[in-house]
Amino acid sequence: MLLRKVSRSPALCGAILRIPPVLSRGQLQARAVVAGHNSRLYAGQAAQAVLDKPAAVGVESSKVEKKTTAQESKSFAVNIFKGQLTTPQVFPYPSALNEEQEQFLRELVGPVCKFFEEVNDAAKNDALEKVEDHTMEGLKEMGAFGLQVPSDLGGLGLSNTQYARLVEIVGSHDLGVGITLGAHQSIGFKGILLFGNPAQKEKYLPKLATGEHIAAFCLTEPASGSDAASIKTTAVQSPCGKYFTLNGSKIWISNGGLAEIFTVFAKTPMKDPSTGEVQDKISAFVVERSFGGVTHGPPEKKMGIKASNTAEVYFDNVRVPAECLLGEVGGGFKIAMNILNNGRFGMAAALSGTMKGVISQAVDHAANRVQFGHKIHTYGAIQEKIARMTMLQYVTESMAYMISGNMDSGATDFQIEAAISKIFASEAAWTVTDECIQVMGGMGFMKDPGVERVMRDLRIFRIFEGTNDILRLFVALNGFQNAGNQLKGLQKALKNPLGNAVLLAGELSKRAKRKAGLSTGLTLQGTVHPELSQSGDLTVKVIEQFGTVVEELLVKHGRKIIDEQFVLKRVADCAIDIYAMVVVLSRASRSLSQGQATAHHEKMLCETWCIEAHDRVMNDIKLLQSSDSRRIFKNLQAISAATVENGGVVAPHPLGF
Amino acid sequence: MSGRVLVGVKRVIDYAVKIRVKPDNSGVVTDGVKHSMNPFCEIAVEEAVKLKEKKLVKEVVAVSCGPQQVQETIRTALAMGADRGIHVEVSGKDYESLGPLQVSKIMAALAKKEEAQLLILGKQAIDDDCNQTGQMTAALLDWPQGTFASEVTVEGEKLKVVREIDGGLETIKINLPAVLTADLRLNTPRYATLPNIMKAKKKKITQVKPSDLGVDLTSRLQVLRVDEPPQRQAGVKVETVDDLVSKLRECGRI
Repeated sequence: MLLRKVSRSPALCGAILRIPPVLSRGQLQARAVVAGHNSRLYAGQAAQAVLDKPAAVGVESSKVEKKTTAQESKSFAVNIFKGQLTTPQVFPYPSALNEEQEQFLRELVGPVCKFFEEVNDAAKNDALEKVEDHTMEGLKEMGAFGLQVPSDLGGLGLSNTQYARLVEIVGSHDLGVGITLGAHQSIGFKGILLFGNPAQKEKYLPKLATGEHIAAFCLTEPASGSDAASIKTTAVQSPCGKYFTLNGSKIWISNGGLAEIFTVFAKTPMKDPSTGEVQDKISAFVVERSFGGVTHGPPEKKMGIKASNTAEVYFDNVRVPAECLLGEVGGGFKIAMNILNNGRFGMAAALSGTMKGVISQAVDHAANRVQFGHKIHTYGAIQEKIARMTMLQYVTESMAYMISGNMDSGATDFQIEAAISKIFASEAAWTVTDECIQVMGGMGFMKDPGVERVMRDLRIFRIFEGTNDILRLFVALNGFQNAGNQLKGLQKALKNPLGNAVLLAGELSKRAKRKAGLSTGLTLQGTVHPELSQSGDLTVKVIEQFGTVVEELLVKHGRKIIDEQFVLKRVADCAIDIYAMVVVLSRASRSLSQGQATAHHEKMLCETWCIEAHDRVMNDIKLLQSSDSRRIFKNLQAISAATVENGGVVAPHPLGF
Repeated sequence: MSGRVLVGVKRVIDYAVKIRVKPDNSGVVTDGVKHSMNPFCEIAVEEAVKLKEKKLVKEVVAVSCGPQQVQETIRTALAMGADRGIHVEVSGKDYESLGPLQVSKIMAALAKKEEAQLLILGKQAIDDDCNQTGQMTAALLDWPQGTFASEVTVEGEKLKVVREIDGGLETIKINLPAVLTADLRLNTPRYATLPNIMKAKKKKITQVKPSDLGVDLTSRLQVLRVDEPPQRQAGVKVETVDDLVSKLRECGRI
């Protein structure tokens, strides 16, 4: 239900597709029908109709739109949807640290590790359901609350890559503390860091950097989870324009009970200058607890990350000075999405640390536990688990530092990659931890080794900051939009076939070749290390096939692809696997070229990953292209509908009662 | 007392690392192995910084001898609160044979050059476990020494030092200038916090060569062979006390 609702929620779809949802559903269908009538000439035309943008484009999105179409995206993930191979962001594997940054980071790693090994007690924090006071004080002294605040404002001024390396340590020790720190700086005050004006930065960041003030990010509401655009909290500007009156309540706010500074999203009524119509638009505000009228509920009882504080936060006629508006009035949705988008790599980094930690525990057990006369690590059943755990960690870690590196070198088009890394990391960490418990057997199920705590802590990562389900739609729809733009260009060329003969001939032969299963000339030879050429070829092959299926789906479903969530999920799965393939190819190639001692090991990780990922992608593509998929999706839909209708399972008990 | 304290900080293989012997038995593997400050040196730095915080000394200078990487160790001391650092450049063969005598010559020369009033060293380093540098330095300088210190109190121009000795504690009073070596219980070293590490980037590290100090690094020691400790042999399980007694008799233990 949630997913369906989102697909129909105009605001989120607008944000996802960056196509303003001006058309009603009826109009959409009409368009698609028109396309159907005219689809004689060339498939591209149907796609054109599908993704044709309505003339009246919303103010905010038109800017973004122009920017993205004006320059070709350098994002690898964006381009695979067009069946294209774009390597600048993925090859060679980024090394984003200069000598000084690297030196500084080296010095930071030791003390942070030591702090978490010697001072922080994850089991105790979990039992107390709060971070112990002396640990909290220690973290503040440590500077852990202001990692990315510029140094002239009291922080450490770390780059994204440096930040990733440190949160990885936090993630390997205590995710509850990780959330306390992350809710503060990854989302809590990130808005001030990214969008604050100089006065706001100077006023708030110094105290936030030292941890004297804790920050929280307030978006979710009782009736507004994934569908963030549906929030009900309001901020009404005073007639004099000097302040806003904030009213509403937010739920599940990390640090909600501790924070002094809140980044709050609320609806502000805005008059459209052209039509004079008043519409509610989301704006972002920095709200101090000291403004008055800000209260919070008791700490929530949770499954995991118990050490972190989660509470409801209420705003009752809070008078927020106009200076506390972040960005522009009505620009809040973009700010919220940008904050989340900018923080996702951190989750991948933290979870790669978590996986490293539990893998050590599993290995320690497997290397010592004797059953049937042998250490259990000598058995294939355990070996496969350890190998797969290692691969998942390798992929996640490679993604985290690939993205942080891209961000540090100024990339702006990384939202698909960031979303992929969040999805992949949270699912990989869950699997790895689950398998760690399995390797440890009964011991893993006991409280003492602490893995059960990690498992509980991890569960939320697939839910918060954009559920993986929503992020899959985001990945797929973002990709479809870009692929649609390309088709549109092609369609224009078709209007003047003679003038564009070369282009058209090229595109036609590309499609003919793909259809025949031949290479279209894309290659990673010369880019990947020669020892990995086979994995490179597999990657190219899946990119070509993926491009084909994306185009077919666009042609088939038209703009209604937005509602095809069974399809979108599988398309996103393919994109995730392909991105994973290319990041490990890049990293393993680097290790081979540098002659690292571990290069051969990494080559095996990469090879194995690529073979299996290739098969998964090909299977998905085959399913999407076959008529079976239609049947399966229809069945799934019907089974779900019947079950919902029945309020639970439908089939009678095998015993009849 | 209001002078300058010199603290020796040694870069050693981290205590948590499992040590591996090189295949040719010439030493232990150090390449690609995590290094950190010798824990007893951390205690020495902490004591010096505490004296500074109590305004009993005016400056804390951290010294380390070795290749470029020892600057990381000096930086750690600076982040803990030392005011500046001295990197005595020793590399290659000289570094391999660098032992307590060579280091104490360097420390003694620096103590004079810097007009130090107090030298604090760790009682020993966890890599070679020599436990000699402090004593040798005191001898070379002809200064009093307070080794294995577990408590240090400044009393005017004298130091009261509680020493950990076999079977108990010994309290001595020594004149300044003096050499102290830190034992485990002297204090609990603070963590280098990230903001302090950042500030430490601005602190100065001076580089000197042993020859500038007039120190000859010739070593009279030769390492013949380095071996792993012998592996523990598997034991046998015995059924009864009688079995145990007879086994012990067999191998001549009783």
